[in-house]
Amino acid sequence: MGWDFLPSALDLARFQFAFTIAFHFLFPAFTIGLASFLAVLEGLWLWTKRDVYLDLFRYWLKVFAIAFAMGVVSGVVMSYQIGTNWSVFADRTGNVLGPVMGYEVLTAFFLEAGFLGIMLFGLQRVGKGLHFTATCLVAVGTLISAFWILSANSWMQTPGGFSIDADGRFMPEDWWAIVFNASFPYRFVHTVTAAYLTTAFIVGAVGAWHLLYDRRNERTRTMFSMAMWMAAIVAPIQILIGDAHGLNTLEHQPQKVAAMEGHWERQRGAPLIILGHPDMEREETRVWLEIPKASALILTHELDGETPGLKDFPANERPTNVPLVFWAFRVMVGLGSAMAAVGVVSLLLRWRGRLYDSRWFHRIALLMGPSGLIAVTAGWITTEAGRQPFTVYGLLRTADSVAPLAAPAVGASLLAFIVVYFIVFGAGIWFLFRLFGHAPYPAESGPRQDEPIRTSGITPAPGIRHAGHGD
Amino acid sequence: MPATATEGEHVVEFYLPLIWAILIATAVFLYVCMDGFDLGLGILFPWFRHKDDRDVMVNSVAPMWDGNETWLVLGGAGLFAVFPLAYATIFPALYMPLILMLLALIFRGVSFEMRFKAHNERAQTWWDRAFCWGSYVAGFCQGICLGALVQGIRVENRAYAGGWWDWLTPFSLLTGVALVVGYALLGACWLIWRTEGPLAARARHMARRLGVATLGFIVVVSMIMPFQQSAFAARWFTLPWLALAAPVPILVALFTWRFFRAIDFTETREAQAAHDPTGRSFRWRDGAPFLYVLGWFFLSYTGLGISLWPNIVPPSISIWQAAASPASQLFLLVGASVLIPIILTYTAYVYWLFRGKVRVGEGYH
Repeated sequence: MGWDFLPSALDLARFQFAFTIAFHFLFPAFTIGLASFLAVLEGLWLWTKRDVYLDLFRYWLKVFAIAFAMGVVSGVVMSYQIGTNWSVFADRTGNVLGPVMGYEVLTAFFLEAGFLGIMLFGLQRVGKGLHFTATCLVAVGTLISAFWILSANSWMQTPGGFSIDADGRFMPEDWWAIVFNASFPYRFVHTVTAAYLTTAFIVGAVGAWHLLYDRRNERTRTMFSMAMWMAAIVAPIQILIGDAHGLNTLEHQPQKVAAMEGHWERQRGAPLIILGHPDMEREETRVWLEIPKASALILTHELDGETPGLKDFPANERPTNVPLVFWAFRVMVGLGSAMAAVGVVSLLLRWRGRLYDSRWFHRIALLMGPSGLIAVTAGWITTEAGRQPFTVYGLLRTADSVAPLAAPAVGASLLAFIVVYFIVFGAGIWFLFRLFGHAPYPAESGPRQDEPIRTSGITPAPGIRHAGHGD
Repeated sequence: MPATATEGEHVVEFYLPLIWAILIATAVFLYVCMDGFDLGLGILFPWFRHKDDRDVMVNSVAPMWDGNETWLVLGGAGLFAVFPLAYATIFPALYMPLILMLLALIFRGVSFEMRFKAHNERAQTWWDRAFCWGSYVAGFCQGICLGALVQGIRVENRAYAGGWWDWLTPFSLLTGVALVVGYALLGACWLIWRTEGPLAARARHMARRLGVATLGFIVVVSMIMPFQQSAFAARWFTLPWLALAAPVPILVALFTWRFFRAIDFTETREAQAAHDPTGRSFRWRDGAPFLYVLGWFFLSYTGLGISLWPNIVPPSISIWQAAASPASQLFLLVGASVLIPIILTYTAYVYWLFRGKVRVGEGYH
């Protein structure tokens, strides 16, 4: 044909899914935490009646409106793409995963969408109590959404509660075992915690940026302080959760852990490879830096414990891109450790009363702003690339899941996705930076005087009103 | 269906897909009604050039558009859950129009937020364009999907067996244009309901013309449709379906008469209200044209359902063949029967909360 040098429809479909979901997940990773943060801010405002919390609420609500919209529209793509590009997967797993995703729509998406309108535009219409309820419902909605989608994802990693029928389709046998499959509780807690940390470090970076210019703005100080409390408390806990998740993966997906560790041979007292490069052709890892016995200690909690190696498994059941899993894992762990370090340092500075005056620390916090987003993406790559070459681990191969589409069709759509995502989300993210660039000011509410129609406050809502009221 | 199944299992296996077919058809119809008018506003943008008008138009749906679009997600996810075979064959068949629709919805959804927060006129112009073009492309692609589905999808071995341009036919292009016009009409009627003054007057003017155009498309598509597949013609031109179909043109005619009367009425009412500020009592009737158009949509949609029945992927896969196992259908049905009424309740509450005429530059507190 002469077209052999082009990537196959399968490779294109994989890349398209990876691209669209990685882009999509940036927004929920941020908004899950931000929704809870907003609920806390509004709650504190109602409780303490201090305007600083209302100002912060309004400041971050503007950010939330944009980030959430981008999450919604990039998420709609995901719910269709399983059918358009992975139709065989859809046919095989629809009986099991379909209802799980159906519940996500019914319990989470409608709840978020319904009450988002009130949260953004309704403060004057419904009163404080009901508005706070709406904010809380949106926050709960984001968590419910995470619950179901991570349940579905975990089932692909550690399937349970099913049988396989004559057509090769997965059939539900036990819904409890499907929803609460072996890796789900760990993945859920680990991911939601990661989302909270992502938000904390973004809020912290915005706070740090403004502290560098003005240390007296009470709103800036408050947001920075809240973010650093979050980092100090949650980042160390996240390391423990991650450890538990890793042990769970070792139990159910040993080859993934072997790829994460860069271990090819089953061994006792395995070293922890800090830096190195797994060479897939020679089936060995070039080690640049390692800690003796540390891997065995982490994975088995014994110095001479036995850990699996990639060569334990047939070559066609090993992750297809070991270096990717290996490196993504290191990026995640590295950033996670850095986050915990920032948290600990913030405690020391706070104790010495220097939290708002240490410019070097504010610069570090600023630099760490995107750390959560990067770590979440790296963790996602670790777990998903580590699941390859399967879509349903051990049972359904990725190559057997793809839709019967022509490569040019997928190539064209992939190109369109890349162009559109960079334009639209690029503009959206650029705009978020513009919002971050303004320090939160007193009476953050309301439109500016010079723009009577434009709604530069939180919302276009001021332009909406009841007919008849005040006529 | 297994021959050994007991009587009870037969009943379950017969009725579950039926219930779900009705539920998913309802979700898709709700989507068409709700996102139809907010897509319609974008489609009408070229005729409303003034910034104030556009602000009012977008403001009138800003609190609801996200909820409206969620019905589309429910349609997709519901199909995946309950009719996975339909999901796995229709979606690859409609690959191009579906992907284009998704991309268009991205532009549109983001510009909702961005056009209000744009920092200068030029940026806002660009987001307005994104909103407008996104609405056109999304509506057009949805119409194409509809037309392509009606024409049939080739399935072999539980998989789509056609090419990636099969959806492109004169008929699917016709349904694409028809849906854009229909959405524009819904948008215009929404404006009659939710705005006043010159903006509403302009919407009335447009609604009359778009009403005629939409009716024209309904008639043309209805006349072509029975000849798209032999099964359709057999259905429409034999008893008892013929008797069932007979009242449909009469109902359409009735709605048409009421529709134009209702527009005239809103015009008179607003003229009177200008002289008599207390005469607000008939304001709810401003919504009447919108409801009559929904009536047209409902009749057309039902006609489509009758044509396709009992297939979900024409011409070969019935709702029973596409259905998931009873266990899957039942598991989701339990939740849906509790949650859908709750969803409808709070959706209605949000619409009620943001009811009334939308105005420019008023209402700052």
